[in-house]
Amino acid sequence: MNLDHWLPLMIVLSSLVPGILIFCLPERRVSLRTAANMVGATAKLMLTAVMIWGVFHEHIYQTRLPLLPGMDLVLHTDALSVLFATLSAILWFLTTLYAIGYLEGSPQPRSRFFGFFSLCVSSTVGFSLAGNLITFVMFYEMLTLTTYPLVVHRGTEESMRAGRIYLAYTLTGGAVLLIAAAWLKALVGPIDFTEGGMLTAFSGLYRREFIVIFALLITGLGVKAALVPLHGWLPVAMVAPAPVSALLHAVAVVKAGAFGIIRVVYDIYGIEFAASLGVLGPLAAVASFTIVYGSLRALNQDGLKKRLAYSTVSQVSYIALGAAVLGPVATIGGLVHLVHQGLMKITLFFCAGNLAETLGIHYVSEMHGVGRRMPWTMVAFTLGALGMIGVPPLAGFVSKWYLGAGGLAAGQKWVILVLVASSLLNAAYFLPILYVAWFEQPKGLWPEEHYRGWLETHWMLLLPAVITALLALAAGLLANAPFSPLEWARLIASREYGP
Amino acid sequence: MHPFSACPVWIIFLPLVNSILAFLFRRRGAQLGIVTAVGLVPPLLGLFWQVIGHGPQSYPVGGWGAPLGIDLYADGLSIIMLAMTAVVGIGCTLYATGYYSHGGEGKEKQHHQDSALFWPLWLLLWAALNALFLSADIFNLYVALELLGLSAVALVALAGGPSAVTAAVRYLLVSLLGSMSYLLGVALLYFAHGTLSLGLLGEVVNSSPAGFAAITLMTAGLTMKTALFPLHFWLPPAHANAPAPVSTVLSALVVKGSFYLLLRLWFQVFTATVTPSVANLLGILGVAAILWGSAQALLAQRLKLLVAYSTVAQLGYLFLVFPLAQGTGTGFSAWSGGVYFILSHAFAKGAAFLAAGTVLYGFGHDRIDELVGVTRRMPVTMFAFAIAGVSLIGLPPSGGFIAKWLLLNAALAGGQWWWAIVIVSGGLLAAAYVFRFFSRAFRHVGEISTCRRIPRSMELTALALALFSLGLGIIGPAPFEIIQISAPLSGPVLSGGLP
Amino acid sequence: MSVSVLYSLLGSTLFSLGLYGLAAYAQLLRKILAINIMGSGVFLILVALAYGPGENSPDPVPHAMVLTGLVVAVSATALALALACRVQETTGSAQLPEDESD
Repeated sequence: MNLDHWLPLMIVLSSLVPGILIFCLPERRVSLRTAANMVGATAKLMLTAVMIWGVFHEHIYQTRLPLLPGMDLVLHTDALSVLFATLSAILWFLTTLYAIGYLEGSPQPRSRFFGFFSLCVSSTVGFSLAGNLITFVMFYEMLTLTTYPLVVHRGTEESMRAGRIYLAYTLTGGAVLLIAAAWLKALVGPIDFTEGGMLTAFSGLYRREFIVIFALLITGLGVKAALVPLHGWLPVAMVAPAPVSALLHAVAVVKAGAFGIIRVVYDIYGIEFAASLGVLGPLAAVASFTIVYGSLRALNQDGLKKRLAYSTVSQVSYIALGAAVLGPVATIGGLVHLVHQGLMKITLFFCAGNLAETLGIHYVSEMHGVGRRMPWTMVAFTLGALGMIGVPPLAGFVSKWYLGAGGLAAGQKWVILVLVASSLLNAAYFLPILYVAWFEQPKGLWPEEHYRGWLETHWMLLLPAVITALLALAAGLLANAPFSPLEWARLIASREYGP
Repeated sequence: MHPFSACPVWIIFLPLVNSILAFLFRRRGAQLGIVTAVGLVPPLLGLFWQVIGHGPQSYPVGGWGAPLGIDLYADGLSIIMLAMTAVVGIGCTLYATGYYSHGGEGKEKQHHQDSALFWPLWLLLWAALNALFLSADIFNLYVALELLGLSAVALVALAGGPSAVTAAVRYLLVSLLGSMSYLLGVALLYFAHGTLSLGLLGEVVNSSPAGFAAITLMTAGLTMKTALFPLHFWLPPAHANAPAPVSTVLSALVVKGSFYLLLRLWFQVFTATVTPSVANLLGILGVAAILWGSAQALLAQRLKLLVAYSTVAQLGYLFLVFPLAQGTGTGFSAWSGGVYFILSHAFAKGAAFLAAGTVLYGFGHDRIDELVGVTRRMPVTMFAFAIAGVSLIGLPPSGGFIAKWLLLNAALAGGQWWWAIVIVSGGLLAAAYVFRFFSRAFRHVGEISTCRRIPRSMELTALALALFSLGLGIIGPAPFEIIQISAPLSGPVLSGGLP
Repeated sequence: MSVSVLYSLLGSTLFSLGLYGLAAYAQLLRKILAINIMGSGVFLILVALAYGPGENSPDPVPHAMVLTGLVVAVSATALALALACRVQETTGSAQLPEDESD
């Protein structure tokens, strides 16, 4: 078995096969389902480790399956795909654990949930490993399909409405992406992702078409990446259970959109070619607007998850901003924020889920004094929040530093303004939560107390939150260690910008 | 004579003979159906082997040649159509054994009568389809077309109630009108060129008045039978009111028969006569079909009516093949896209109708707003419907996606980008009506309606057909090699790219 | 004007009359009759044009087509009439209901 040819496919299958298995399991076989989940997650982690090692040493793993004469399904590991795939694998492991604890005792069928959960991760990993535009588009659409059942899992009127809105946005985005991909293919033939940009070979031709196609691609991807004004589905989708929100925001959907934008800018167009076409300016403008707008909307949300949702809208655009600014430093900032924001945001969502599950807290106004009741959760939350604001030595600080430095290096000083403004706004909507949780007295009984164990909440809910918080801390503290996200981002940038 | 050379004769006469036997021995209907289904496999495989190995095959029946004898002819397109008919046919046969053995939709006595008449008519229809795909001269095609129409009408009337019978009469009148029109065209062609053979006509037909008149008449007749807007009005009531296995065959196969003939005529016989304006007219009517059919599907109150209107919409896509093939260098792309679309639609719509029929069978009604708890009672069926829906919408991984991609490619590479927008919008509309029903699977249910026990054969055949449509999405380039065998057009499957 | 041209024109006229009848009349029986007239028109054209100019004996192929066509037409008419009877039984009128949507 030639590992070079099959490793990418195996990584995708490591969650696809358990997913299909789980669908066939009857509802009551809890331990078997848990086993299938965890075995799959562990297998994926191990295969990913192999992949990291190989790619670091410039090894190439590629699976190529023919779909049509002249068009193949290509799964390809390069440094960028490794970044996203690893993030997905690690966070999937933790979210699975969290979800098992969270959904215990829920009335809806869990086999269905975990089946689609696994399929969702397969689509995400497939998307990150996509090696050409058609594979990219296929997994993008499969991601939409597999996440819909998760969004509507609870089956209430609100969930169904959220599901409809979600589909309307994401399917339209997918349709725009499809047209752009077909058009590009019709113009230049098969589009394999190449570090440094595949279209640079065609510079000088089709200038107008390339610009329009860029706009279409970004629009299609921007729906998932929640660029304003395509972000409307995200706050509405908060009606889903916490593990779904955690996964969607940190890993699967939103990150996939941002990752897609990076792919388009670096591996299809190439950063210098894109700059020469003049498309980076509008992208940076949209990203900056989203950053500020998202933070502004977050300010007046009382619902905890809604506030976090708007925070996501804002934060993910840092990644787009990093892609839109010319220069390796900004690139590194955007890339590393992909990982850092994932870690921090998933911590925040885990904690929000803990608060809702254990104490029935859904609104910030209900959080008075919760720090005393659930200290570990709130410590994790604090770490995540401070990281979002950009307080050193947390991970968020590293990414913002690089973005700012990159803006300076590219001669675009306004980037720093945007960063400062948004950090201030972040502080404005996160610090009050922290203050209220730690320094205020509880207003009375909690809305609904569910748990009375010796730990503050179920261990499966607590442990993942703490782990991701620590990871966020480590990513910042140990940023210069080998194989840290920052180091990896540096590696990617060096390969994108060429020797 | 080569032992395999009689395969075409077997393929036509086996179902024909069994149909007569089923009429004579009423109670053995189901067994004869199974015998036919199984018995058709060896000659089909034999024919496949011959065509793939040795190119197109011609067989004079009884040793007498044309013009007074009948020549049978099989090329790549024929065997693909035969294979499609066989797969859907076998599925329907198995489904019908379950459906008619346990009571169907009506009372017991009526039911026995239905079941007794279903088998001879269905086998007759199968024989007609096989004859249609194997005929090589335009008059034999007329006979096969008429046989197809008559048996289909009789099958529609089988359910017996007023709506079924009026739908059947309407269908019959339209069908006869179409056939008359076609026959007149045949007469004109014969008297202008002195031959009935498709191959010879292809060489001699030019843009003379006789040619124009013939193509107009034949196109008009065949588009009526394929339910192109605005002559589609007979289809929804006929397909919705027929018993489940009948609706499946009608939507999946019968309408494809007349479309196949249209394809053959346009691309093989009338190549010198077709004009871009007529092609565009067909395309515009196709667009109208897509829009109108999708809109009506969204408004439909009954599930089977929704699926029937979906057929009207999807058939509209097929008519886009004509203008798309006019683009520069995209002839074969459009052709293969159309053929692939026929295939994937046959499987997907077949599965959808089988699933819808099962729902009707189980709950006694198919009013969408009143269907509660469908997933709980028939999970396999809903799963089949989901997969079929994915293919109908054109999302990956499915045959529908590949077909859509091919058509998009033909549109964009040929410089006719407006069709691309239509194709993509049609997909979004399809998503709207598919999810209208499918989202009910996720609704939180209080009490579930009672449901009859569903025979295994019904559930599994729907699933099998759905999986076939899924498989078309990942099977790779093999079907295209078959389509290419003596196709009337040649060229790359995916056009575009720089020279 | 030669005989065959005359008869083929007659056939076309029948075809058009039948077409008009199909569209104009609401009663099923009349529609079925109209279809039959259309069919007869087509067959007449076929038979007429079988006498090509300056030939001694007519071309047998169109005759074969007409014979086959007649058989098909008879079967189709039989089916149509049976269905028309059933429509009369179940809906009480021998007309197709105007409203075509469900």
